[in-house]
Amino acid sequence: MSRPNVITLLAGGILVAAVATAIVGNVFTPHLVTDQALLSRLKPPAFLEGGIAEFPLGTDRIGRDMVARLVAGLQMSLSVALAGTLIGAIFGTFVGFLAAHFRGLTEEILMMFVDFQASLPFILIALTLLAFFGNSMVLFIILMGMFGWETYARLARGVVLSARSQPYARAVEALGAGPGRLYLRHILPNVASALIVQVTLTFPQIILLETSLSFLGLGIQPPNTSLGQILGDGRDYLSTAWWISVWPGALIFLITLSMSLLGDALRDRLDPMLKTRTT
Amino acid sequence: MTRFWLIKLVRTIITLWFVVTFAFIVLRTSGDPVVALLGADAMPDEIEHFRELWGLDRSLFAQYISYIGQMATGQFGNSLRDSRPVLEIILERLPATAQLGLAAFIIAAVIGIPAGIVAALRRGRLTDRIVMVFAVFGFALPNFFLGILLILLFSLYLQILPSSGTGTFLHLLMPSITLATFTAGTLARFTRSAMLEVLEKPYMRAAAARGVPFWQRVLFHALPNAAIPIVTVIGLNLGQLVAGAIVIESVFAWPGIGRLLVVAVSQRDLAVVQGLVLVIAVTMVLANLIVDLLYGLLDPRIREGAK
Repeated sequence: MSRPNVITLLAGGILVAAVATAIVGNVFTPHLVTDQALLSRLKPPAFLEGGIAEFPLGTDRIGRDMVARLVAGLQMSLSVALAGTLIGAIFGTFVGFLAAHFRGLTEEILMMFVDFQASLPFILIALTLLAFFGNSMVLFIILMGMFGWETYARLARGVVLSARSQPYARAVEALGAGPGRLYLRHILPNVASALIVQVTLTFPQIILLETSLSFLGLGIQPPNTSLGQILGDGRDYLSTAWWISVWPGALIFLITLSMSLLGDALRDRLDPMLKTRTT
Repeated sequence: MTRFWLIKLVRTIITLWFVVTFAFIVLRTSGDPVVALLGADAMPDEIEHFRELWGLDRSLFAQYISYIGQMATGQFGNSLRDSRPVLEIILERLPATAQLGLAAFIIAAVIGIPAGIVAALRRGRLTDRIVMVFAVFGFALPNFFLGILLILLFSLYLQILPSSGTGTFLHLLMPSITLATFTAGTLARFTRSAMLEVLEKPYMRAAAARGVPFWQRVLFHALPNAAIPIVTVIGLNLGQLVAGAIVIESVFAWPGIGRLLVVAVSQRDLAVVQGLVLVIAVTMVLANLIVDLLYGLLDPRIREGAK
């Protein structure tokens, strides 16, 4: 039951490769992402007729190397998703702890915000804020952080409520530990596995949110680039240069698929309670 | 029973109030609402009329109250682009999105639910594995990428389907399949787990012992009991359909409210954005209320239980 199967290993391998490429990929690409080779515009990948070995995955409409662009896009998409996931996880968990600690009116009000966010598709909230406040990198990362915090809040609140009634929590309290010590040193380690599973579920969703918005031209703006933005760029060249859209799309798919598979495996291992409910 | 409906109703009203308040706060913290909704080059008398109409010379609380009144009666202001009333523009685009959403929903249900049932009946066998692999793909495949792939294959390579626009049944095919994929995957997964749980129940064995034929047991004994979690998932997936439509309508140039929203956001046509957000939010909240009520109808235990 707890043997890591081939698919899980493969998914893990793909993720490690993606992260490694994002970190050190620049070293191996002969072209900078800003290099324009105007004589080699819309070159097909090297393995197709008309492609040249200098650009293994082809070039875009102004002759930029697709490999260099994909590395840059991968860096941006992964780091934005990572930042968003961390912000959401920390903020949401904090709100959940607050609600469970104070109970009463505080809890009611906090959980009302949670219910509100859960009642609307997040892309709608994101688009509203982007429209009214204008797009900027800071706002965009905050938006990614706002995604999914409500799930962490619900989860953390539920777990704290049940943990506080357990003997160990009361023992720690009786020994004179303050709430900070109780939550961070004693309760948090006990809820960590559930939170980690949630992270593996949120991360691919944030990747999809970022790439969707960037694809629509409402997310990451040039000169910065993300996988979704490259894909959106390629839309106008579908009939002449399919590779501009297909490479970033395939990358996004591989990453979200691997993360989901890994998350499922992790959930089975860390959280037997969840397993019986969702498989 | 009345208590159950009453609680649902109160919760719905509170959520709607939150949505309008959210819109008000965003509108007021992002700058001058007159400029936001009428544009920087509005006529002075127009501005004066607007200030009076919305009570912008009064206290913030009075403004808030009158804002709720405006929104409740559908007075969302005029579009910056062609200065037509926002509500009119939205109502014009709504049927296209409704058509797309309905088609996608039907495709998802017709594929997802039977696939989930079959997977549960053949648990652990090859059929089950294949269904689950497709379900995971449906989850992880970004809808905009699926749309692009379909366009590449069917419009550019095979040249049998139109890549964009609306009008015929053929136009509807690719957008609705793209939109349906995620929901079909979710439905298959949840139907499978709901059926697995029900199939192990003692009353299923009792039915078998009484000699009820296999398909009758599945359709009339197991399925109604598995229907409750399935309906919940359908309710939760309405949001997914709406979110998907926003992206997919742009991929296929489908003239619905999703595409309208994306264009309005990129042009910062704030009156249209605000109107759309409110209309979509209200639709979703009401749809969720209907699902909740359906839930109560399907399962008497929920209606009468302590919940």
